[in-house]
Amino acid sequence: MTTLSIDHVSRWFGNVVAVNDVTMTIGPGVTGLLGPNGAGKSTLINMMAGFLAPSTGTVTLDGEQVWRNEKIYRHIGIVPEREAMYDFLTGREFVLANAELHGLGAKAAQKALATVEMEYAQDRKIATYSKGMRQRVKMASALVHDPSLLLLDEPFNGMDPRQRMQLMDLLRRMGDEGRTVLFSSHILEEVEQLAWHIEVVVAGRHAASGDFRRIRRLMTDRPHRYLVRSSDDRALAAALIADPSTSGIEVDVTEGALRIQAVDFGRFTALLPKVAREHGIRLLTVSPSDESLESVFSYLVAA
Amino acid sequence: MYDPTVARLTYRALLGRRRALILGALPLLLIVISLAVRALAGADDQTAADVLGGLALATMVPIIGVIAGTGAIGPEIDDGSVVYLLSKPIKRPTIIYTKLIVAIAVTMVFSAVPTLIAGFILNGNGQQVAVAYTVAALVASIAYAALFLLLGTVSRHAVVFGLVYALIWEALFGSLVPGARTLSVQQWSLAVAEKVAGGELVTSDVGLTTATVALAAVTVLATWYAGQKLRTLTLAGEE
Repeated sequence: MTTLSIDHVSRWFGNVVAVNDVTMTIGPGVTGLLGPNGAGKSTLINMMAGFLAPSTGTVTLDGEQVWRNEKIYRHIGIVPEREAMYDFLTGREFVLANAELHGLGAKAAQKALATVEMEYAQDRKIATYSKGMRQRVKMASALVHDPSLLLLDEPFNGMDPRQRMQLMDLLRRMGDEGRTVLFSSHILEEVEQLAWHIEVVVAGRHAASGDFRRIRRLMTDRPHRYLVRSSDDRALAAALIADPSTSGIEVDVTEGALRIQAVDFGRFTALLPKVAREHGIRLLTVSPSDESLESVFSYLVAA
Repeated sequence: MYDPTVARLTYRALLGRRRALILGALPLLLIVISLAVRALAGADDQTAADVLGGLALATMVPIIGVIAGTGAIGPEIDDGSVVYLLSKPIKRPTIIYTKLIVAIAVTMVFSAVPTLIAGFILNGNGQQVAVAYTVAALVASIAYAALFLLLGTVSRHAVVFGLVYALIWEALFGSLVPGARTLSVQQWSLAVAEKVAGGELVTSDVGLTTATVALAAVTVLATWYAGQKLRTLTLAGEE
């Protein structure tokens, strides 16, 4: 059982607060660290990996400090986001070097290469690898010492769908084996497909934590805003406001449209076409006006 | 203290194609110039000392030192691949110490060896000039490698700072401002060379004892400090 504890951790760079008083506990299984770009995910992962000192607070792995503690790396495998990785070596040489740095040998390196299914290209120079191949060799280098904690920073960036599937399978397997796996992503669907548990970070703050269904519900139950144009805006507005799924309607005269705030997403989407038909109103435009991930996230912060 | 895997990675990075070309070009230039001088001016001890002192020790050794010393760690920190060394249960000073050994070895091979060859070409080691400057180059290699390895660890502009130090401080100020000479790796190593040559041809502004203490102090302190800096090296994210 490996537990990573982040306790009231903040990190600032000059005047910029990148991570603001975050407390979370990451246990065995696959955890997704979700947040929009620039939310502080990388800063957080760098602190978890012992590459960055928290300005305040502590990061511990099973009670042991991570910062300035080289011995901790016996238990941690790291897949960094950055691409650079000794391009002049072959995949095999790179993974072997990583094994040797852990005091292990060719056998461990070979096993790790087999785990990520990279044996077929192991004798090619890393410089010639595709993004997905690099990612898998990085993965092998992180797995070579059989770590109990695996940290991955945006591991799916730039991967094609097949490579993504393969890596997801691998991470799922790692989680099933009882390892603590944490990966960061800014893509909701990735996290949804893979993580058992989610930590959401927005603008450096810990916005939500829990299992995916709970967070997904929070996301779908939030007030949705729509821009609607129809053949008779006022009649449509009058009919819609009578239903409790709608909490507010504004008639935007300059735009010639209605701005509707719906509180019950499911009910509203069923109601709108029904009401329009009953009143003989033609719907010309129905478009959600705040579907960006950022607005979803900022709603979560407020929730 | 010495990690063979770190050493292997460092050698391969340092002697990669492009860097090896730069490392090889200067020694080659020195040898070509020596051949030309010998052919035009004949064997002359003073000329030999001038070429070895002015070109080899004052210019080539520090530049090779900059390339090898900063190159042993700077590019890895710059592109972030150093993370693969730092995420291992290896003491950070071990990484620095190993890289220092590699940087010293590379600097010695690419500066002291050509100095010796050039010396023999110039005057056949008359009055021990070739051997004296070779010893100076060997000694200077150690201090330069340590100094520039530290620079590569703390600064992203290590090569620029290194070249400024090597060319402006050592070569220019060193020859113009007497005070600057006492704080110069070149003068310290010349003090050792003076002892070896024993004549009038190789002289230093610094006494042998001062030079030895200064060389040892610079090497040890720079290495220790680089190890400390690496322990707290911050790998900033992409954000």
